[in-house]
Amino acid sequence: MEVGPIFRALMRNKLGVVLIAVQIAFTMTVIVNAVFIINERNDTMGRPSGMDEGNTFYITSIGFGDNFNEEVTAVEDLNMIRQMPGVLNASLTSALPVSGSGSSTGVSVVAGQRESSVPTAVYDVNERALSTMGLELVAGVDFTASDVLVRTRDNNSSPDNIIISAALAAVLFPELGIQAVGQTIYNANEQPLRIIGIVQQLQAPWPTSPFVEQAMLSPLHVIDGTSTYLVRTEPGQRDRLMVEVEELLAARNGERILRGLRSMEDTREESYRVDSAMSKILYVIIATLVFITAMGIVGLAVFSINRRKKQIGTRRALGATQGDILRYFLLENLMITGCGVLVGAVLTLAFNMFLVQSFDMPRIDWYYAPVGMLLLMLVGQLAVIGPSQGAARITPALATRSV
Amino acid sequence: MFMYYLRLSLLSYRRNPVLSSLMVLAVAIGIGAYMVIFTLNYYMGGDPIPAKSDKLFHVQLDYGDPAVPNSTPPPQLTYIDATALLNLTPQHPRTATSKFSAIIEPEGNEIRPFSVDGRGNFSDFFTMFDVPFKYGNGWDRSDDENNRQVMVLSQEMNERLFGGNNSVGETILMHGYNFTVVGVLDRWVPIPKYYDLNNGAFNSIEEAYIPWNLIVGMELRRSGSTNCWKAPEGSGLQALLNAECAWIQYWVQLDSTADQSAYRDLIDNYAAQQKQLGRLLFPIEKRLFDVNEWLQEQEAQPDETRILSALAAMLLAVCLLNTVGLLLSKFLGKSAEIGVRQALGAHKGSLFIQHVIEAGFIGAVGGILGLGVASLGLQGMHVLLGDFLASGWLRLDITVVSVTIVLAIVSTIIAGLYPIWRACNINPAIHLKLQ
Repeated sequence: MEVGPIFRALMRNKLGVVLIAVQIAFTMTVIVNAVFIINERNDTMGRPSGMDEGNTFYITSIGFGDNFNEEVTAVEDLNMIRQMPGVLNASLTSALPVSGSGSSTGVSVVAGQRESSVPTAVYDVNERALSTMGLELVAGVDFTASDVLVRTRDNNSSPDNIIISAALAAVLFPELGIQAVGQTIYNANEQPLRIIGIVQQLQAPWPTSPFVEQAMLSPLHVIDGTSTYLVRTEPGQRDRLMVEVEELLAARNGERILRGLRSMEDTREESYRVDSAMSKILYVIIATLVFITAMGIVGLAVFSINRRKKQIGTRRALGATQGDILRYFLLENLMITGCGVLVGAVLTLAFNMFLVQSFDMPRIDWYYAPVGMLLLMLVGQLAVIGPSQGAARITPALATRSV
Repeated sequence: MFMYYLRLSLLSYRRNPVLSSLMVLAVAIGIGAYMVIFTLNYYMGGDPIPAKSDKLFHVQLDYGDPAVPNSTPPPQLTYIDATALLNLTPQHPRTATSKFSAIIEPEGNEIRPFSVDGRGNFSDFFTMFDVPFKYGNGWDRSDDENNRQVMVLSQEMNERLFGGNNSVGETILMHGYNFTVVGVLDRWVPIPKYYDLNNGAFNSIEEAYIPWNLIVGMELRRSGSTNCWKAPEGSGLQALLNAECAWIQYWVQLDSTADQSAYRDLIDNYAAQQKQLGRLLFPIEKRLFDVNEWLQEQEAQPDETRILSALAAMLLAVCLLNTVGLLLSKFLGKSAEIGVRQALGAHKGSLFIQHVIEAGFIGAVGGILGLGVASLGLQGMHVLLGDFLASGWLRLDITVVSVTIVLAIVSTIIAGLYPIWRACNINPAIHLKLQ
């Protein structure tokens, strides 16, 4: 093989080699870590909330007049919404998954034992919440209308029965898991709460929360002037019904305002906007870097070929085939990028360690670096193929000119 | 001579347009991308109020339940402590402040009732944070004490309600009470929104400002976060006011270091006193934070921008390495010309200057193009981030523009140093022989 002569030839132009190799190393560091960050974010964004997000939307009604009766209005509103064609169900809820706003509390298996209390999101809902949200009940029973407690803000009692997420059950009762139906837990006021049902999954409203899978549904309607209605529609009917529901509610009562009409899909998009923006920015950076590095390789290859035109001509005159010349430059590039990706692998891991330490990011999976090395060597080969073909076409006659 | 070398640079650019354009492109993309991230960082991580950031202090107290391990103290104050601190040091400008939402019912039928994003604060708020006014002024301390129903509107809200006219003296019906407008803000975009980092550090400012006492007095709906570490005893508003629930931001302005250390002692004493009463049981190390300390403590700057700036720096490095390689090709490609110039008596020094100017020329062109790349990138950021950013604050200002151009020229010249050195040390004899 020609490795020896190519290596010795490279040593005559060390700087060119170093420039390309270092570029490749940096490029690899950025690309591999960026892809890793993108995949991490996509995993986070891809977590389901437990809800039927594609077919649900919500709207908030805020009463302000002296004659506004929130309880009656809510019951009537929800009945009318449910009768609209295309609506599957409608319910009250105090908060929504992924939305970023809601409330949480600590619950424990033993009353008053704060050290062992477990944090959980709380959704105050009515008896239709499970089917409206599209939650899957894996154990126990759903709420009934008689479970729902209606009270004002001047009182802080909670309903007796609750439904919790399977993840919360697993934390509270590690041995029982979803068999925890019928168990009693205690809230921060040391009031007993009986678990009557467990749903497969329901996320807390805060996507970045450490207890994102721990949630509790409580059949409670607090009369404080503000009610949020959640509506679930048949597939494909959502956008039409969003408009119609708002019109219906606006026409029904003048002593309130409506705000925050929004689909769950929009809510999700808004909550994860920074993550998806980050992914897109990283894609742009990756594309830019590959382009720049490839251009750099092309530029230096053209330059070094131009400088060696006569030598190439001489080799061709001495019997080297076009394939030999092509192979020479491809092999030369392979050696340079090979050095680059070796350094790049080290830098990649170092940068990942920096991310782990400074930003609590997870450690990179082992296969990222080797895949990155292979890909960059491929980029190198593709970039140099054009100039090499040009070199291979140099005629042997060139060797005889102007010497 | 400078103009002559500049003309030579132009000629040399034309002689080798592909290589030269490639270099300009590399510089433009590298600098442009770097500047987008630099601008993000410059705004998000910068000092939001440089003239006073070391004089404005946020107060944090020993909150939390000692029984719950690894908890961080909530960043706001309880009603008990906020009112106690307000009365403790009336001699310093200070404000308790928190958010509310309420319904405004405009007169007449043209505008339907709507919900407003409001803030309760003390009169000192406006002077402490250098809030700019377009019409009128804030209220004064006597209005705070007498619970007068006065209101300051943001520029946008004044636009919406009064079509942008001077609305000082007008009356607004909010939450069933009449408020008199005393002032209208000018454009105000604090970045980050340092006086309230709990509710979206990069969100827009509130739309209406009223004396803080009215939030409790009128039982307005509080918005923003509330953290309790002990269940309120009893129920209703009074129970919340007496409870260990933090929902109030508290700021004080302390101009001299003497004031600052006196205040620090005062807070420490207050905390010790309360501890004797059985409160404030979760000890913390630091109770007084100036603006920049507070931004750091609350990690206001998103991780994303810091990760991106590291990546953008590497991107810039790759682009500059690229430039080194391309300049090397270019200058060595001119060996013959350099040989002739040397043979005709050019000093190494003047050759050096000529090539520095040529590299600087390429850098300048790249920098100008880079500005275009950067402004495109910033627009892209706005599209991508949408409501996450208060509208219109991410833009190229004079600092960013000058940093871009200078960075482009300087870094290209630095990248060119080795190629230039090589070009100046060419042995003219060889190249003359070949002519």
